[in-house]
Amino acid sequence: MTDTGADRAIPRPRGAAARLIGRKLALVGLVLIGLVVAGALFAPWIAPFDPNDQMFDGLTLEGAPMPPDGKFLLGTDLLGRDLLSRLLYGAQTSLIIGVVANGLALLIGTLVGITAGFFRGWIGAVLMRFTDLMMAFPALLLAISLAAIFQPSLWIVAMVIALVNWVQTARVIYTETTSLATRDFIAAERTLGASTSRILFRHILPHLIPTIIVWGTLGISTTVLLEATLSFLGVGVQPPTPSWGNIIFENQTYFQTAPWLVFIPGAAIILLALAFNLVGDALRDVLDPTQRGRD
Amino acid sequence: MAAYLIRRLIQSALILLGVSFITFFLLYVLPADPVRQIAGRSATAQTVENIREQLGLDKPFVVQYGRYLTGLLQGDMGRSYLQKTEVAELILSRLPATLLLMLGAIVCELVLGLSMGIAAALWRGRAVDQALMMTSFITVSAPQFVVSLLLLYVFAVRLGWFPIGGYGTFAHLVLPALTLGILGSGWYSRMMRSSMIDVLRADYIRTARAKGLGRARVVLRHALPNAILPVIAMIGIDIGIFMGGIVVVESVFGWPGIGQLAWQAIQRVDIPIIMGVTLVSAFAIVIGNLLADLIAPFIDPRITLR
Repeated sequence: MTDTGADRAIPRPRGAAARLIGRKLALVGLVLIGLVVAGALFAPWIAPFDPNDQMFDGLTLEGAPMPPDGKFLLGTDLLGRDLLSRLLYGAQTSLIIGVVANGLALLIGTLVGITAGFFRGWIGAVLMRFTDLMMAFPALLLAISLAAIFQPSLWIVAMVIALVNWVQTARVIYTETTSLATRDFIAAERTLGASTSRILFRHILPHLIPTIIVWGTLGISTTVLLEATLSFLGVGVQPPTPSWGNIIFENQTYFQTAPWLVFIPGAAIILLALAFNLVGDALRDVLDPTQRGRD
Repeated sequence: MAAYLIRRLIQSALILLGVSFITFFLLYVLPADPVRQIAGRSATAQTVENIREQLGLDKPFVVQYGRYLTGLLQGDMGRSYLQKTEVAELILSRLPATLLLMLGAIVCELVLGLSMGIAAALWRGRAVDQALMMTSFITVSAPQFVVSLLLLYVFAVRLGWFPIGGYGTFAHLVLPALTLGILGSGWYSRMMRSSMIDVLRADYIRTARAKGLGRARVVLRHALPNAILPVIAMIGIDIGIFMGGIVVVESVFGWPGIGQLAWQAIQRVDIPIIMGVTLVSAFAIVIGNLLADLIAPFIDPRITLR
């Protein structure tokens, strides 16, 4: 993805219908995100039951989970807890990890990318070789090993995810910074005697903000998926704290007789990840004119 | 070319060295004590110390890592703490299953992804295109375990077409390969779509149409061969993505490959196996990327290797 002036000058044409659909999909994504955020924020008020209450009438006479009905809108889980309530509280977990882990990854990635791209020299070489090295890591395997060996808590899981997820951002920011650093207006600033920090914060960073926003949004989707996967394997967020991944982990044994316990949280994970992908992709179109019409 | 190859090989070797160092270091500093796992709960302090000494885990980090590396250069990946077997042997015995799954997954990805991408390019901007691109968005947003469980529920539990897990026949391969294939298809379909759109714009395609050739013939004989090449070159990169994801799929389907081996080892803190599988995966990733770069100039003569 070379970023040349020529590409910027001639945006490729794009059909009005496609543009509309793009915005429509972004709108769908925003609405989904809004719903999940609202569900997470207002969980204490809108959840019909306590998410950890193992209700006596929450299990059938044989001790199996209850299917969805008038009282338990989405049914109950293997311990007789209300699934809807657990999902609403689980949304808190997903969003906290999504924001914290991804924020941390974004911060590391941006720092590494800017430093390597702007200062070049041996610092840049070392940082970028290290980034290459991280690219060769089987990330999921690393995350699972780390999460399993620590006694995982919400914050440890967020740290582990940040640790394996900063690499992509670093690469993109590095490429953008190197091309920015050689542009004329930066040279002009230098000639005028601007300090390094002024160039970095007043001139380089503002140009990187669209990229950071796009990758930040797309990254939340990756983070949500990684958290769900770790929790599904039992090395992520630990029960009884509900997370969409560990609800599936806990109820796996009932997956043949009570499939809603697996597929309702599963659908929630897909919808949330999809929402962030849709919004991120639309943002890329809106914020980066060179990408317009490419897809 | 030769100089390029040598430089890339040295780079790859250094990357693998770095991966081995970081993994070893992380497993060394982390709070899990493998000796406790081996000795069991009732072991005396003396037994624990003996085991620690036997395994060389009482030595300083540099000595332990040096020892591991010397062994590695001679093809010795150490012994499993719990299974008392050579790690290299364990991995070799599991590798064929993983490679088979990889082959199946890549075939599924290509068949699904390429046909979706071609269809989307041909009906660009229409409902078909939008539906297909939405599908590709969904596939990159779905976690492996949800798709695995969904396919298991529909095709194994409900319809009973395929076994619920295990290894041995072609029927066992279908669902795990399809899981990975569906998830990877979104990536290929987007690449195929944009590659195809670029080729369809080319002058020689217009010439072919102007000569009076039918649309089907132009697409299949003239456009497709050129459009498909850059996508095929990406298979190397895809191997890396694949290696990252086998742990979940192999665990859910009970597929006896190195992903399942790694997952069992992680649960028991069997460090030599975790090290071994990490290195083999990193090796596959590095080789995959190298292949993708080496193939590039054959596909597009404008690319030169420097």
